Amino acid sequence: MLSIKDLHVSIDDKAILKGLSLSVPAGEVHAVMGPNGAGKSTLSYALAGRPGYEVTSGTATLDGVDLTALDPSERAAKGVFLSFQYPTEIPGVPALTFIRTALNAQRKARGEAEISAPDFLRMAKEKAGSLKMDFDMLKRPLNVGFSGGEKKRMEILQMAMLAPRLAILDETDSGLDIDALRIVSEGVNAMRAPDRAMLVITHYQRLLDYIRPDRVHVLAAGRIVASGGPELAHELEREGYDKYAQVAA
Amino acid sequence: MSLAKAIATGDLAELPSRRDEDWRWTDLRGLVRTIPEQSKSFVGNLAPGVFDGLAEQVVSIVNGEIRTGMTIAAGGEHVVAVRYIAAPGATAHSAAPKLEIGNGRVVLLETFEGADGGYLSEIDLSLDIKAGGHVERIVLTDDAADAVSVARCNVTLAPGASFSQTVILGGAKRQRIETHVAHPGGGASVRLDGLYLLDQRRHGDITTVVTHTGVDGVTSQMTKGVVRDQARGVFQGRIIVAHGADKTDAKMRHDALVLSDRAEVDAKPELEIYADDVSCAHGNTVGALDEEALFYAEQRGIPALEAKAMLTEAFVADVVDRIEHEGARAVVRALVADKLRGQASTGGQGQ
Repeated sequence: MLSIKDLHVSIDDKAILKGLSLSVPAGEVHAVMGPNGAGKSTLSYALAGRPGYEVTSGTATLDGVDLTALDPSERAAKGVFLSFQYPTEIPGVPALTFIRTALNAQRKARGEAEISAPDFLRMAKEKAGSLKMDFDMLKRPLNVGFSGGEKKRMEILQMAMLAPRLAILDETDSGLDIDALRIVSEGVNAMRAPDRAMLVITHYQRLLDYIRPDRVHVLAAGRIVASGGPELAHELEREGYDKYAQVAA
Repeated sequence: MSLAKAIATGDLAELPSRRDEDWRWTDLRGLVRTIPEQSKSFVGNLAPGVFDGLAEQVVSIVNGEIRTGMTIAAGGEHVVAVRYIAAPGATAHSAAPKLEIGNGRVVLLETFEGADGGYLSEIDLSLDIKAGGHVERIVLTDDAADAVSVARCNVTLAPGASFSQTVILGGAKRQRIETHVAHPGGGASVRLDGLYLLDQRRHGDITTVVTHTGVDGVTSQMTKGVVRDQARGVFQGRIIVAHGADKTDAKMRHDALVLSDRAEVDAKPELEIYADDVSCAHGNTVGALDEEALFYAEQRGIPALEAKAMLTEAFVADVVDRIEHEGARAVVRALVADKLRGQASTGGQGQ
Protein backbone atom coordinates (compact mmCIF):
# COMPACT_ATOMS: atom_id res chain seq x y z
CA MET A 1 0.00 0.00 0.00
CA LEU A 2 2.58 2.61 1.09
CA SER A 3 5.86 2.01 -0.62
CA ILE A 4 8.85 4.29 -0.15
CA LYS A 5 11.92 3.53 -2.26
CA ASP A 6 15.34 5.12 -1.88
CA LEU A 7 13.85 8.46 -0.84
CA HIS A 8 16.19 11.45 -0.62
CA VAL A 9 14.83 14.67 0.89
CA SER A 10 16.61 17.99 1.39
CA ILE A 11 15.71 21.11 3.28
CA ASP A 12 17.51 24.24 2.11
CA ASP A 13 19.88 22.01 0.07
CA LYS A 14 20.83 20.04 3.18
CA ALA A 15 20.21 16.31 2.75
CA ILE A 16 18.12 14.93 5.62
CA LEU A 17 16.72 11.67 4.25
CA LYS A 18 19.40 9.75 2.39
CA GLY A 19 17.92 6.73 0.66
CA LEU A 20 15.05 5.74 2.94
CA SER A 21 13.09 2.63 1.94
CA LEU A 22 10.01 1.37 3.74
CA SER A 23 6.81 -0.53 2.93
CA VAL A 24 3.61 -0.62 4.95
CA PRO A 25 1.01 -3.11 3.67
CA ALA A 26 -2.70 -2.43 4.10
CA GLY A 27 -4.03 -3.35 7.51
CA GLU A 28 -0.68 -2.96 9.30
CA VAL A 29 0.67 -0.51 11.82
CA HIS A 30 4.37 0.25 11.55
CA ALA A 31 6.42 2.27 14.00
CA VAL A 32 9.39 4.41 13.01
CA MET A 33 11.70 5.13 15.93
CA GLY A 34 14.90 7.03 16.01
CA PRO A 35 17.06 9.51 17.84
CA ASN A 36 16.51 13.25 17.61
CA GLY A 37 17.68 14.62 14.29
CA ALA A 38 17.39 11.29 12.48
CA GLY A 39 14.80 12.68 10.06
CA LYS A 40 11.56 11.37 11.60
CA SER A 41 9.56 14.59 11.19
CA THR A 42 11.15 15.15 7.78
CA LEU A 43 9.74 11.80 6.69
CA SER A 44 6.22 12.73 7.79
CA TYR A 45 6.35 16.21 6.24
CA ALA A 46 7.84 14.88 3.00
CA LEU A 47 5.00 12.35 2.70
CA ALA A 48 2.44 15.10 3.35
CA GLY A 49 4.08 17.48 0.88
CA ARG A 50 5.12 20.36 3.09
CA PRO A 51 6.68 23.23 1.09
CA GLY A 52 10.44 23.37 1.56
CA TYR A 53 10.84 19.59 1.85
CA GLU A 54 12.37 18.80 -1.50
CA VAL A 55 12.39 15.23 -2.77
CA THR A 56 15.63 15.05 -4.74
CA SER A 57 15.31 11.39 -5.74
CA GLY A 58 13.40 8.21 -5.00
CA THR A 59 9.65 7.57 -4.85
CA ALA A 60 6.84 7.35 -2.34
CA THR A 61 3.72 5.68 -3.69
CA LEU A 62 0.33 5.08 -2.11
CA ASP A 63 -1.74 2.45 -3.91
CA GLY A 64 0.65 2.81 -6.81
CA VAL A 65 0.23 6.60 -7.12
CA ASP A 66 3.41 8.67 -6.77
CA LEU A 67 2.68 11.07 -3.92
CA THR A 68 5.66 13.28 -4.62
CA ALA A 69 4.00 14.58 -7.79
CA LEU A 70 0.88 15.78 -5.94
CA ASP A 71 -0.07 18.92 -4.01
CA PRO A 72 -0.68 18.50 -0.27
CA SER A 73 -4.47 18.69 -0.73
CA GLU A 74 -4.38 16.14 -3.55
CA ARG A 75 -2.42 13.78 -1.32
CA ALA A 76 -5.04 14.25 1.38
CA ALA A 77 -7.81 13.41 -1.07
CA LYS A 78 -5.86 10.24 -1.99
CA GLY A 79 -6.00 9.33 1.69
CA VAL A 80 -2.85 10.73 3.33
CA PHE A 81 -3.45 12.09 6.83
CA LEU A 82 -0.73 13.56 9.01
CA SER A 83 -1.36 14.00 12.70
CA PHE A 84 0.91 16.95 13.47
CA GLN A 85 3.37 16.95 16.33
CA TYR A 86 2.42 20.58 16.94
CA PRO A 87 -1.09 21.14 15.54
CA THR A 88 -1.59 24.65 14.16
CA GLU A 89 -4.09 27.12 15.56
CA ILE A 90 -6.63 28.42 13.02
CA PRO A 91 -8.12 31.63 14.47
CA GLY A 92 -11.62 32.53 13.34
CA VAL A 93 -12.51 29.11 11.92
CA PRO A 94 -14.62 26.91 14.20
CA ALA A 95 -13.34 23.32 14.35
CA LEU A 96 -16.62 21.96 12.96
CA THR A 97 -16.52 24.33 9.99
CA PHE A 98 -12.90 23.46 9.31
CA ILE A 99 -13.46 19.70 9.40
CA ARG A 100 -16.57 19.90 7.25
CA THR A 101 -14.76 22.07 4.69
CA ALA A 102 -11.91 19.54 4.61
CA LEU A 103 -14.20 16.54 4.34
CA ASN A 104 -16.23 18.06 1.52
CA ALA A 105 -13.10 19.24 -0.31
CA GLN A 106 -11.76 15.67 -0.21
CA ARG A 107 -15.08 14.26 -1.37
CA LYS A 108 -15.24 16.77 -4.20
CA ALA A 109 -11.71 15.86 -5.31
CA ARG A 110 -12.74 12.20 -5.40
CA GLY A 111 -15.92 12.98 -7.34
CA GLU A 112 -18.20 12.18 -4.39
CA ALA A 113 -21.23 14.14 -3.19
CA GLU A 114 -20.95 16.49 -0.19
CA ILE A 115 -21.96 15.14 3.20
CA SER A 116 -25.30 16.52 4.43
CA ALA A 117 -25.27 18.81 7.47
CA PRO A 118 -27.26 16.39 9.70
CA ASP A 119 -25.09 13.42 8.73
CA PHE A 120 -21.98 15.44 9.41
CA LEU A 121 -23.17 16.60 12.82
CA ARG A 122 -24.24 13.09 13.81
CA MET A 123 -20.83 11.70 12.88
CA ALA A 124 -18.97 14.54 14.66
CA LYS A 125 -20.98 14.00 17.84
CA GLU A 126 -20.38 10.27 17.82
CA LYS A 127 -16.63 10.51 17.19
CA ALA A 128 -16.16 13.34 19.71
CA GLY A 129 -18.02 11.26 22.30
CA SER A 130 -15.78 8.26 21.81
CA LEU A 131 -12.73 10.51 22.30
CA LYS A 132 -14.35 11.96 25.44
CA MET A 133 -14.32 15.47 23.96
CA ASP A 134 -16.79 18.14 24.97
CA PHE A 135 -18.80 18.81 21.80
CA ASP A 136 -18.84 22.57 22.54
CA MET A 137 -15.10 22.55 21.96
CA LEU A 138 -15.81 21.85 18.30
CA LYS A 139 -17.65 25.14 18.02
CA ARG A 140 -14.54 27.07 19.07
CA PRO A 141 -11.88 28.21 16.60
CA LEU A 142 -9.74 25.19 15.78
CA ASN A 143 -6.97 24.59 18.34
CA VAL A 144 -7.00 28.21 19.56
CA GLY A 145 -6.28 28.16 23.28
CA PHE A 146 -6.47 24.36 23.40
CA SER A 147 -4.11 22.46 25.72
CA GLY A 148 -1.56 20.09 24.21
CA GLY A 149 -3.78 17.12 25.02
CA GLU A 150 -6.86 18.76 23.53
CA LYS A 151 -4.99 19.50 20.32
CA LYS A 152 -3.90 15.87 19.98
CA ARG A 153 -7.44 14.67 20.55
CA MET A 154 -8.61 17.09 17.89
CA GLU A 155 -6.07 15.54 15.51
CA ILE A 156 -7.41 12.06 16.18
CA LEU A 157 -10.98 13.31 15.82
CA GLN A 158 -10.12 14.73 12.39
CA MET A 159 -8.47 11.45 11.48
CA ALA A 160 -11.62 9.58 12.46
CA MET A 161 -13.82 11.98 10.47
CA LEU A 162 -11.63 11.93 7.36
CA ALA A 163 -11.02 8.13 7.48
CA PRO A 164 -7.71 8.17 5.59
CA ARG A 165 -6.04 5.29 3.74
CA LEU A 166 -2.70 6.16 5.32
CA ALA A 167 -2.43 7.73 8.77
CA ILE A 168 0.92 9.17 9.79
CA LEU A 169 1.15 9.95 13.50
CA ASP A 170 4.08 12.28 14.20
CA GLU A 171 5.11 12.16 17.87
CA THR A 172 1.48 11.88 18.89
CA ASP A 173 2.50 11.06 22.47
CA SER A 174 4.44 14.28 23.03
CA GLY A 175 2.72 16.57 25.49
CA LEU A 176 0.22 13.95 26.67
CA ASP A 177 -0.32 12.85 30.23
CA ILE A 178 -1.07 9.19 30.88
CA ASP A 179 -4.87 9.52 30.74
CA ALA A 180 -4.81 11.51 27.51
CA LEU A 181 -2.31 9.04 26.07
CA ARG A 182 -4.69 6.19 26.78
CA ILE A 183 -7.71 7.96 25.23
CA VAL A 184 -5.77 9.04 22.15
CA SER A 185 -4.32 5.54 21.74
CA GLU A 186 -7.76 3.96 21.99
CA GLY A 187 -8.91 6.38 19.31
CA VAL A 188 -6.04 5.31 17.08
CA ASN A 189 -6.60 1.61 17.74
CA ALA A 190 -10.27 1.99 16.83
CA MET A 191 -9.09 3.18 13.43
CA ARG A 192 -7.17 0.00 12.64
CA ALA A 193 -8.75 -1.52 9.57
CA PRO A 194 -7.84 -4.02 6.84
CA ASP A 195 -7.81 -1.26 4.22
CA ARG A 196 -5.79 1.24 6.23
CA ALA A 197 -2.08 1.58 6.91
CA MET A 198 -0.59 3.49 9.82
CA LEU A 199 2.85 4.90 10.36
CA VAL A 200 3.55 5.77 14.00
CA ILE A 201 6.58 8.01 14.40
CA THR A 202 7.95 8.26 17.90
CA HIS A 203 11.07 8.81 19.92
CA TYR A 204 9.92 6.78 22.92
CA GLN A 205 8.70 3.22 23.29
CA ARG A 206 5.94 4.34 25.71
CA LEU A 207 3.33 5.01 23.00
CA LEU A 208 3.89 1.53 21.57
CA ASP A 209 2.61 -0.04 24.80
CA TYR A 210 -0.76 1.38 23.78
CA ILE A 211 -0.58 1.22 20.00
CA ARG A 212 0.94 -2.19 19.27
CA PRO A 213 2.88 -2.06 15.99
CA ASP A 214 3.19 -4.99 13.59
CA ARG A 215 6.69 -3.86 12.63
CA VAL A 216 9.25 -1.49 14.11
CA HIS A 217 11.83 0.36 12.00
CA VAL A 218 14.84 2.25 13.27
CA LEU A 219 15.58 5.55 11.47
CA ALA A 220 19.07 6.92 11.93
CA ALA A 221 20.94 9.52 9.87
CA GLY A 222 18.28 9.58 7.18
CA ARG A 223 17.88 5.86 6.49
CA ILE A 224 16.14 2.81 7.94
CA VAL A 225 18.98 0.91 9.57
CA ALA A 226 17.07 -1.92 11.24
CA SER A 227 13.60 -3.48 11.16
CA GLY A 228 11.97 -6.04 13.37
CA GLY A 229 8.93 -7.05 15.37
CA PRO A 230 7.51 -5.21 18.40
CA GLU A 231 10.37 -6.56 20.55
CA LEU A 232 12.74 -4.19 18.74
CA ALA A 233 11.06 -1.24 20.45
CA HIS A 234 11.81 -2.76 23.87
CA GLU A 235 15.41 -3.38 22.90
CA LEU A 236 15.74 0.28 21.90
CA GLU A 237 14.24 1.35 25.19
CA ARG A 238 16.83 -0.72 27.09
CA GLU A 239 19.89 -0.06 25.00
CA GLY A 240 19.26 3.31 23.38
CA TYR A 241 20.07 4.39 19.85
CA ASP A 242 23.86 4.50 20.18
CA LYS A 243 24.70 1.40 18.23
CA TYR A 244 22.45 2.48 15.33
CA ALA A 245 23.96 5.90 15.26
CA GLN A 246 27.32 4.18 14.70
CA VAL A 247 25.88 1.90 12.01
CA ALA A 248 24.49 4.90 10.20
CA ALA A 249 27.75 6.79 10.43
CA MET B 1 -7.84 72.99 1.42
CA SER B 2 -9.89 70.06 0.22
CA LEU B 3 -11.06 68.19 -2.85
CA ALA B 4 -14.50 69.85 -2.44
CA LYS B 5 -12.89 73.31 -2.59
CA ALA B 6 -10.86 72.36 -5.63
CA ILE B 7 -14.03 71.13 -7.34
CA ALA B 8 -15.87 74.35 -6.42
CA THR B 9 -13.10 76.69 -7.57
CA GLY B 10 -11.35 74.67 -10.26
CA ASP B 11 -8.10 75.52 -8.47
CA LEU B 12 -5.65 72.63 -8.36
CA ALA B 13 -3.77 74.33 -5.53
CA GLU B 14 -6.70 73.55 -3.24
CA LEU B 15 -6.02 69.80 -3.52
CA PRO B 16 -4.42 68.15 -0.49
CA SER B 17 -0.90 67.02 -1.28
CA ARG B 18 1.77 64.83 0.21
CA ARG B 19 3.20 67.89 1.91
CA ASP B 20 0.19 67.85 4.23
CA GLU B 21 1.10 65.39 6.94
CA ASP B 22 -2.42 63.94 7.05
CA TRP B 23 -2.44 63.38 3.29
CA ARG B 24 1.08 62.17 2.68
CA TRP B 25 -0.08 58.65 1.76
CA THR B 26 -3.14 59.79 -0.20
CA ASP B 27 -1.72 62.51 -2.37
CA LEU B 28 -4.31 64.15 -4.63
CA ARG B 29 -2.34 67.06 -6.02
CA GLY B 30 0.23 64.81 -7.66
CA LEU B 31 -2.55 62.72 -9.17
CA VAL B 32 -5.27 65.07 -10.42
CA ARG B 33 -4.01 67.11 -13.40
CA THR B 34 -7.17 69.04 -14.22
CA ILE B 35 -10.43 69.72 -12.42
CA PRO B 36 -13.25 68.86 -14.82
CA GLU B 37 -16.54 70.74 -15.17
CA GLN B 38 -19.02 70.02 -12.42
CA SER B 39 -21.20 66.94 -12.88
CA LYS B 40 -24.53 67.54 -14.60
CA SER B 41 -27.83 66.61 -13.00
CA PHE B 42 -28.66 63.01 -13.58
CA VAL B 43 -31.97 62.24 -15.24
CA GLY B 44 -33.08 58.65 -15.20
CA ASN B 45 -33.85 55.74 -12.99
CA LEU B 46 -31.52 54.25 -10.45
CA ALA B 47 -30.92 50.53 -10.02
CA PRO B 48 -31.87 49.29 -6.55
CA GLY B 49 -29.28 49.58 -3.78
CA VAL B 50 -27.99 46.73 -1.63
CA PHE B 51 -29.61 48.10 1.53
CA ASP B 52 -33.00 49.10 0.07
CA GLY B 53 -34.72 46.03 1.50
CA LEU B 54 -33.61 46.84 5.04
CA ALA B 55 -34.47 50.53 5.10
CA GLU B 56 -37.73 52.32 5.76
CA GLN B 57 -36.40 55.33 3.88
CA VAL B 58 -33.91 55.54 1.02
CA VAL B 59 -32.19 58.85 0.32
CA SER B 60 -30.23 59.18 -2.92
CA ILE B 61 -27.62 61.84 -3.48
CA VAL B 62 -26.77 61.62 -7.17
CA ASN B 63 -23.90 63.60 -8.69
CA GLY B 64 -23.88 65.67 -5.52
CA GLU B 65 -27.60 66.53 -5.63
CA ILE B 66 -29.80 65.55 -2.73
CA ARG B 67 -32.86 64.16 -4.57
CA THR B 68 -35.22 63.51 -1.69
CA GLY B 69 -35.36 65.20 1.67
CA MET B 70 -32.91 64.01 4.24
CA THR B 71 -34.64 64.32 7.56
CA ILE B 72 -35.12 61.61 10.09
CA ALA B 73 -38.18 61.53 12.31
CA ALA B 74 -37.39 61.97 15.98
CA GLY B 75 -37.74 59.17 18.52
CA GLY B 76 -38.06 55.45 18.02
CA GLU B 77 -36.01 53.23 15.78
CA HIS B 78 -35.26 54.12 12.19
CA VAL B 79 -33.25 52.43 9.48
CA VAL B 80 -32.27 54.82 6.71
CA ALA B 81 -30.31 54.02 3.57
CA VAL B 82 -28.27 56.82 2.05
CA ARG B 83 -26.86 56.29 -1.42
CA TYR B 84 -24.13 58.54 -2.77
CA ILE B 85 -24.08 57.86 -6.48
CA ALA B 86 -21.80 59.05 -9.24
CA ALA B 87 -23.97 58.33 -12.27
CA PRO B 88 -22.59 57.48 -15.72
CA GLY B 89 -21.07 60.65 -17.11
CA ALA B 90 -20.34 62.15 -13.69
CA THR B 91 -17.30 64.45 -13.72
CA ALA B 92 -16.81 66.27 -10.41
CA HIS B 93 -19.18 67.00 -7.56
CA SER B 94 -19.48 67.44 -3.85
CA ALA B 95 -22.25 67.58 -1.29
CA ALA B 96 -22.48 68.39 2.38
CA PRO B 97 -25.57 66.76 3.89
CA LYS B 98 -26.41 67.39 7.52
CA LEU B 99 -28.28 65.16 9.92
CA GLU B 100 -29.47 65.85 13.41
CA ILE B 101 -30.43 62.87 15.50
CA GLY B 102 -32.30 63.22 18.75
CA ASN B 103 -33.58 60.65 21.18
CA GLY B 104 -33.78 57.23 19.53
CA ARG B 105 -31.89 54.61 17.60
CA VAL B 106 -30.93 55.25 14.02
CA VAL B 107 -29.16 52.87 11.68
CA LEU B 108 -27.58 54.65 8.72
CA LEU B 109 -26.76 52.36 5.83
CA GLU B 110 -24.61 54.31 3.42
CA THR B 111 -23.26 53.27 0.05
CA PHE B 112 -20.82 55.01 -2.26
CA GLU B 113 -21.51 53.88 -5.80
CA GLY B 114 -19.96 55.05 -9.01
CA ALA B 115 -19.70 54.37 -12.72
CA ASP B 116 -16.45 54.41 -14.71
CA GLY B 117 -15.35 57.72 -16.17
CA GLY B 118 -12.86 59.07 -13.69
CA TYR B 119 -15.13 61.23 -11.55
CA LEU B 120 -14.02 63.30 -8.57
CA SER B 121 -16.35 63.23 -5.56
CA GLU B 122 -16.33 64.57 -2.05
CA ILE B 123 -19.13 64.06 0.44
CA ASP B 124 -19.00 65.88 3.79
CA LEU B 125 -21.59 64.54 6.16
CA SER B 126 -22.33 66.25 9.48
CA LEU B 127 -23.91 64.13 12.15
CA ASP B 128 -25.13 65.82 15.27
CA ILE B 129 -26.15 63.18 17.79
CA LYS B 130 -28.10 64.64 20.69
CA ALA B 131 -28.55 63.23 24.19
CA GLY B 132 -30.30 59.85 24.08
CA GLY B 133 -29.34 59.32 20.47
CA HIS B 134 -27.74 56.10 19.28
CA VAL B 135 -26.43 55.89 15.75
CA GLU B 136 -24.96 52.92 13.97
CA ARG B 137 -23.42 53.90 10.66
CA ILE B 138 -22.44 51.28 8.11
CA VAL B 139 -20.65 52.41 4.98
CA LEU B 140 -20.06 50.23 1.92
CA THR B 141 -18.05 51.57 -0.98
CA ASP B 142 -18.31 50.52 -4.58
CA ASP B 143 -16.47 53.34 -6.29
CA ALA B 144 -15.12 52.92 -9.83
CA ALA B 145 -11.48 51.89 -10.17
CA ASP B 146 -10.62 55.18 -11.92
CA ALA B 147 -12.44 57.45 -9.45
CA VAL B 148 -11.14 59.85 -6.83
CA SER B 149 -13.54 59.70 -3.91
CA VAL B 150 -13.27 61.39 -0.53
CA ALA B 151 -15.88 61.06 2.19
CA ARG B 152 -15.64 62.96 5.43
CA CYS B 153 -17.99 62.59 8.36
CA ASN B 154 -17.97 65.00 11.27
CA VAL B 155 -19.71 63.60 14.31
CA THR B 156 -20.72 65.69 17.29
CA LEU B 157 -21.80 63.56 20.16
CA ALA B 158 -23.74 64.55 23.30
CA PRO B 159 -22.90 63.03 26.69
CA GLY B 160 -24.62 59.67 27.04
CA ALA B 161 -25.11 59.28 23.30
CA SER B 162 -23.40 56.62 21.24
CA PHE B 163 -21.96 56.30 17.77
CA SER B 164 -20.91 53.03 16.15
CA GLN B 165 -19.41 52.82 12.71
CA THR B 166 -18.23 50.13 10.32
CA VAL B 167 -16.76 51.21 7.00
CA ILE B 168 -15.97 48.68 4.27
CA LEU B 169 -13.64 49.99 1.57
CA GLY B 170 -13.15 48.49 -1.85
CA GLY B 171 -10.84 51.28 -2.97
CA ALA B 172 -10.63 53.45 -6.08
CA LYS B 173 -7.84 55.29 -7.87
CA ARG B 174 -7.78 57.24 -4.63
CA GLN B 175 -10.41 56.65 -1.98
CA ARG B 176 -10.51 57.99 1.52
CA ILE B 177 -13.09 57.64 4.26
CA GLU B 178 -12.38 60.10 7.02
CA THR B 179 -14.25 60.27 10.33
CA HIS B 180 -13.91 62.94 12.99
CA VAL B 181 -15.63 62.51 16.33
CA ALA B 182 -15.94 65.16 19.01
CA HIS B 183 -16.27 62.93 22.06
CA PRO B 184 -17.68 64.64 25.15
CA GLY B 185 -17.18 61.74 27.58
CA GLY B 186 -19.96 61.63 30.14
CA GLY B 187 -20.77 58.02 29.36
CA ALA B 188 -20.83 58.54 25.60
CA SER B 189 -19.39 55.65 23.69
CA VAL B 190 -17.85 55.34 20.26
CA ARG B 191 -17.01 52.31 18.17
CA LEU B 192 -15.10 52.97 14.95
CA ASP B 193 -14.41 49.89 12.88
CA GLY B 194 -13.13 49.52 9.38
CA LEU B 195 -12.20 47.02 6.75
CA TYR B 196 -10.39 47.57 3.49
CA LEU B 197 -10.30 44.86 0.83
CA LEU B 198 -8.18 46.08 -2.05
CA ASP B 199 -6.91 44.51 -5.23
CA GLN B 200 -5.35 45.50 -8.57
CA ARG B 201 -4.13 49.10 -8.30
CA ARG B 202 -6.81 50.32 -5.93
CA HIS B 203 -6.08 52.67 -3.06
CA GLY B 204 -8.15 52.83 0.10
CA ASP B 205 -7.55 55.10 3.10
CA ILE B 206 -9.29 54.95 6.45
CA THR B 207 -8.55 58.01 8.55
CA THR B 208 -10.11 58.67 11.94
CA VAL B 209 -9.70 61.35 14.57
CA VAL B 210 -11.44 61.04 17.93
CA THR B 211 -11.07 63.90 20.37
CA HIS B 212 -12.01 63.14 23.96
CA THR B 213 -12.78 66.34 25.82
CA GLY B 214 -14.71 65.13 28.90
CA VAL B 215 -14.44 62.64 31.73
CA ASP B 216 -15.65 59.03 31.23
CA GLY B 217 -15.57 58.44 27.52
CA VAL B 218 -15.19 55.12 25.74
CA THR B 219 -13.74 54.54 22.27
CA SER B 220 -13.12 51.17 20.70
CA GLN B 221 -11.55 50.85 17.28
CA MET B 222 -10.89 47.78 15.17
CA THR B 223 -9.62 48.07 11.61
CA LYS B 224 -8.48 45.27 9.37
CA GLY B 225 -7.19 45.23 5.84
CA VAL B 226 -6.43 42.78 3.07
CA VAL B 227 -4.37 44.01 0.11
CA ARG B 228 -3.19 42.10 -2.93
CA ASP B 229 -1.80 42.75 -6.44
CA GLN B 230 -0.46 46.34 -6.42
CA ALA B 231 -3.09 47.76 -4.09
CA ARG B 232 -2.33 50.16 -1.28
CA GLY B 233 -4.10 50.41 2.05
CA VAL B 234 -3.74 53.34 4.44
CA PHE B 235 -4.83 53.49 8.04
CA GLN B 236 -4.42 56.67 10.07
CA GLY B 237 -6.04 56.56 13.47
CA ARG B 238 -5.64 59.33 15.98
CA ILE B 239 -7.12 59.47 19.44
CA ILE B 240 -6.64 62.70 21.34
CA VAL B 241 -7.40 62.78 25.05
CA ALA B 242 -7.58 66.40 26.11
CA HIS B 243 -6.39 67.72 29.45
CA GLY B 244 -9.01 66.80 32.05
CA ALA B 245 -10.63 63.99 30.04
CA ASP B 246 -9.87 61.53 32.81
CA LYS B 247 -11.20 57.95 32.95
CA THR B 248 -11.11 57.83 29.18
CA ASP B 249 -11.04 54.24 27.95
CA ALA B 250 -9.73 54.13 24.38
CA LYS B 251 -8.53 51.13 22.43
CA MET B 252 -7.35 51.01 18.85
CA ARG B 253 -6.28 48.04 16.75
CA HIS B 254 -5.20 47.81 13.15
CA ASP B 255 -4.21 44.52 11.53
CA ALA B 256 -3.50 44.00 7.86
CA LEU B 257 -2.72 41.09 5.58
CA VAL B 258 -0.49 41.74 2.61
CA LEU B 259 -1.03 39.02 0.03
CA SER B 260 1.47 40.04 -2.63
CA ASP B 261 4.97 41.47 -2.81
CA ARG B 262 3.84 44.58 -4.63
CA ALA B 263 0.91 45.46 -2.38
CA GLU B 264 1.48 48.00 0.37
CA VAL B 265 0.03 49.04 3.70
CA ASP B 266 0.86 52.29 5.48
CA ALA B 267 -0.36 52.61 9.03
CA LYS B 268 -0.10 55.33 11.61
CA PRO B 269 -1.92 54.69 14.87
CA GLU B 270 -1.50 57.64 17.23
CA LEU B 271 -2.49 58.36 20.80
CA GLU B 272 -2.10 61.91 22.03
CA ILE B 273 -2.81 61.93 25.73
CA TYR B 274 -2.90 65.09 27.82
CA ALA B 275 -4.92 63.67 30.75
CA ASP B 276 -3.43 61.73 33.67
CA ASP B 277 -5.86 58.98 34.57
CA VAL B 278 -6.70 57.12 31.36
CA SER B 279 -6.71 53.62 29.97
CA CYS B 280 -5.50 53.80 26.38
CA ALA B 281 -3.91 51.20 24.14
CA HIS B 282 -3.15 50.63 20.51
CA GLY B 283 -1.84 47.72 18.49
CA ASN B 284 -0.79 47.38 14.90
CA THR B 285 0.32 44.40 12.79
CA VAL B 286 1.02 44.02 9.10
CA GLY B 287 1.92 40.58 7.78
CA ALA B 288 1.34 37.73 5.40
CA LEU B 289 -0.96 34.74 5.72
CA ASP B 290 0.29 32.18 8.21
CA GLU B 291 2.14 29.56 6.13
CA GLU B 292 1.78 26.97 8.89
CA ALA B 293 -1.99 27.36 8.96
CA LEU B 294 -2.11 27.21 5.18
CA PHE B 295 -0.17 23.94 5.02
CA TYR B 296 -2.25 22.49 7.84
CA ALA B 297 -5.48 23.22 5.94
CA GLU B 298 -4.05 21.85 2.71
CA GLN B 299 -2.91 18.69 4.50
CA ARG B 300 -6.52 18.14 5.52
CA GLY B 301 -7.58 18.29 1.87
CA ILE B 302 -8.52 21.95 1.38
CA PRO B 303 -6.98 23.17 -1.92
CA ALA B 304 -4.57 26.09 -1.58
CA LEU B 305 -6.84 28.74 -3.15
CA GLU B 306 -9.79 27.74 -0.97
CA ALA B 307 -7.59 27.54 2.12
CA LYS B 308 -6.29 31.07 1.51
CA ALA B 309 -9.84 32.37 1.07
CA MET B 310 -10.97 30.60 4.24
CA LEU B 311 -8.11 32.02 6.33
CA THR B 312 -8.60 35.50 4.87
CA GLU B 313 -12.33 35.46 5.60
CA ALA B 314 -11.58 34.30 9.13
CA PHE B 315 -9.12 37.14 9.52
CA VAL B 316 -11.71 39.82 8.72
CA ALA B 317 -14.67 38.08 10.38
CA ASP B 318 -14.59 39.87 13.73
CA VAL B 319 -14.99 43.30 12.12
CA VAL B 320 -18.17 42.07 10.45
CA ASP B 321 -19.33 40.32 13.65
CA ARG B 322 -19.26 43.64 15.50
CA ILE B 323 -21.97 45.13 13.26
CA GLU B 324 -24.98 45.37 15.54
CA HIS B 325 -27.82 45.52 13.00
CA GLU B 326 -28.52 41.91 12.10
CA GLY B 327 -29.79 42.46 8.57
CA ALA B 328 -26.91 44.75 7.66
CA ARG B 329 -24.44 42.30 9.18
CA ALA B 330 -25.76 39.52 6.93
CA VAL B 331 -25.57 41.75 3.82
CA VAL B 332 -22.03 42.84 4.65
CA ARG B 333 -20.89 39.32 5.46
CA ALA B 334 -22.11 38.01 2.09
CA LEU B 335 -20.57 40.93 0.17
CA VAL B 336 -17.24 40.55 1.96
CA ALA B 337 -17.13 36.80 1.21
CA ASP B 338 -17.98 37.43 -2.46
CA LYS B 339 -15.41 40.15 -2.73
CA LEU B 340 -12.61 38.10 -1.15
CA ARG B 341 -13.36 35.09 -3.32
CA GLY B 342 -13.66 37.24 -6.43
CA GLN B 343 -10.38 38.99 -5.70
CA ALA B 344 -8.64 35.67 -5.01
CA SER B 345 -9.79 34.13 -8.28
CA THR B 346 -9.16 37.09 -10.57
CA GLY B 347 -5.96 38.20 -8.85
CA GLY B 348 -2.61 37.35 -10.28
CA GLN B 349 -0.85 40.58 -11.07
CA GLY B 350 2.17 40.78 -8.88
CA GLN B 351 1.28 37.65 -6.92
